[in-house]
Amino acid sequence: MTIASLLARKGVKVVTIQPEHQIRQALALLAEHNIGAVVVVDPGARPIGILSERDIVRAAIGDERGVFDRPVSALMTRNVIVGVPQDDLVSVGYTMTEKRIRHLPVVEQGRLVGIISIGDVVKAQRDQYQGEVDTLQFQLIAEQEKPVAQA
Amino acid sequence: MARPGTADAPLRVAIVGAGPTGYYAADQLFRQAGVAIEVDMYDRVPTPYGLVRAGVAPDHQKIKSVTASFDKVAANPRFRFFGCVELGRHVTVADLRAHYHMVVYTTGAQTDRRMGIPGEDLRNSHAATEFVAWYNGHPDYRDLTFDLSHERAAIVGVGNVAVDVARILSRTPEELAVTDIADYALEALRSSRVREVYLLGRRGPAQAAFTNPEVKELGELADSDVTAVPEEVELDDLSRAAMERASDRATQKKVDLLQEYARRAPSAKRRRLILRFLVSPVEVLDDGAGAVGGLRLVRNKLYATETGTLQPKPTGEFEDLPVGLLFRSVGYKGVPVPDVPFNDKWGVILNEKGRVLDGESKQPVIGEYTAGWIKRGPTGVIGTNKPDAAETVACMIEDLGRDQHLQPAAPSREAAERLVRERQPQCFSYPDWLKLNELELRRGKETGRPRVKFTRIEDMLAALGRR
Repeated sequence: MTIASLLARKGVKVVTIQPEHQIRQALALLAEHNIGAVVVVDPGARPIGILSERDIVRAAIGDERGVFDRPVSALMTRNVIVGVPQDDLVSVGYTMTEKRIRHLPVVEQGRLVGIISIGDVVKAQRDQYQGEVDTLQFQLIAEQEKPVAQA
Repeated sequence: MARPGTADAPLRVAIVGAGPTGYYAADQLFRQAGVAIEVDMYDRVPTPYGLVRAGVAPDHQKIKSVTASFDKVAANPRFRFFGCVELGRHVTVADLRAHYHMVVYTTGAQTDRRMGIPGEDLRNSHAATEFVAWYNGHPDYRDLTFDLSHERAAIVGVGNVAVDVARILSRTPEELAVTDIADYALEALRSSRVREVYLLGRRGPAQAAFTNPEVKELGELADSDVTAVPEEVELDDLSRAAMERASDRATQKKVDLLQEYARRAPSAKRRRLILRFLVSPVEVLDDGAGAVGGLRLVRNKLYATETGTLQPKPTGEFEDLPVGLLFRSVGYKGVPVPDVPFNDKWGVILNEKGRVLDGESKQPVIGEYTAGWIKRGPTGVIGTNKPDAAETVACMIEDLGRDQHLQPAAPSREAAERLVRERQPQCFSYPDWLKLNELELRRGKETGRPRVKFTRIEDMLAALGRR
């Protein structure tokens, strides 16, 4: 299974923000869409960073009053690891777990096409294994019963 | 207006597509406690089960046994089947919206992905899915012809469809005769002159999608030797590292098996099945008369993407493979449903967790849902569609609780059936199917086969005494 099959059922909305926007606006987006991170893009829709709730929490401790007015570019994580739609979920899951990445922007030819969370990956893998177990059980039962001829 | 879902006013649901996902969705709906639900399932062909009947290989009868659980769902008195009724032809989305509270599209991925290389449309170059539908007796594909007079055939891809095609081409008539392969296909394959079958994977043995039982099966064919190219089944450093860190024993076993095939000495078997890896076709070569004469391949090397997925990269080293018959099997692709928003990028109905979204506003279209391959793309085994359908049904039940559903003026079983019969008098019911099933099994018994399929709609009607 690939990242593409995750994005296929996520609609087309990708919440993004620009680097010069304020943290206040970023928090409003996170709350409005009930998400944990927002991708920072340049005017060409190329991802240049990611801003997570954790980045903001960390900054807020040292700067309770000023944090809301700071630009997104000051707090965002640069050098973001990105995925491509053809990436396999097994390696994606491994890399996200090992590198402690909770949100992975997905790009195609440099342009942002979606974002997936570790939760999306875990759910897809759970569903895949559940489906495999179910299918295998059926075949086992079929083997135990007398030879059947179906469809 | 009272909320539908009571015994007197059940929630009426139309499911479009009678494949596994359609049944899983119906099953989930019937399991909802405290909500009375009626399901009408539509399919454009007269028979149910979708790809279990028309896709799963005829020599894999065990996989087809999942239909027993589908029949249990269909036995619910609140379930009906309307076969041979096509959305966009006999009924429209507007018709369904006028007769049901909710509509679920489970139409699957009905076409194949193209390779996008020169020569792809030469004569004797086919979509593997068409060959599969043909040998499985799908009414729309039964009249196709395949030129089996060539000695060498290649299949591009190493997924389960590719492996199925390779196996069917490699089996003896005796092996095929004990399956429920379409009888015309059995005849055509009986006189096949194909001697060498190539399976072409663009990545290495560790990345091949086929499963271990499938690989093992290839090594046990009655009259075909399976082999591989030793240097192509050697593990590269990237693959080895990926397998070690995940302690992936299944993949290790697969690679071991393929390496064993590469070492096997040829026996006296008449056919050969050659597994190739790390090659991509770049051009289909013309034989000089407009037909397939060969395949130009480029050798690949693996590289790791940022997330660690191993992908192929062409090396610039080429090779020509002379073949006269070609099947591409590089993936299925969804087909848009008339009047339903489509997401061209992923080849699926535009949706969020199964709720169909409006093409303009990107907000949910009230009353319309999707599940299965047309929702998430063609991935996973049959059972993967069960949790997928459950996610969609959970959205439906949530929406019902918020009174987000269609408001048909006078929803009733009778009105829906009247409409269908008026538009498509040939429509097939589930009792029709059960009768056909019995007849197919009986015809099989007479000839020592699990079943002999009806493959023409006229023959099905005649068998039911309806013409």
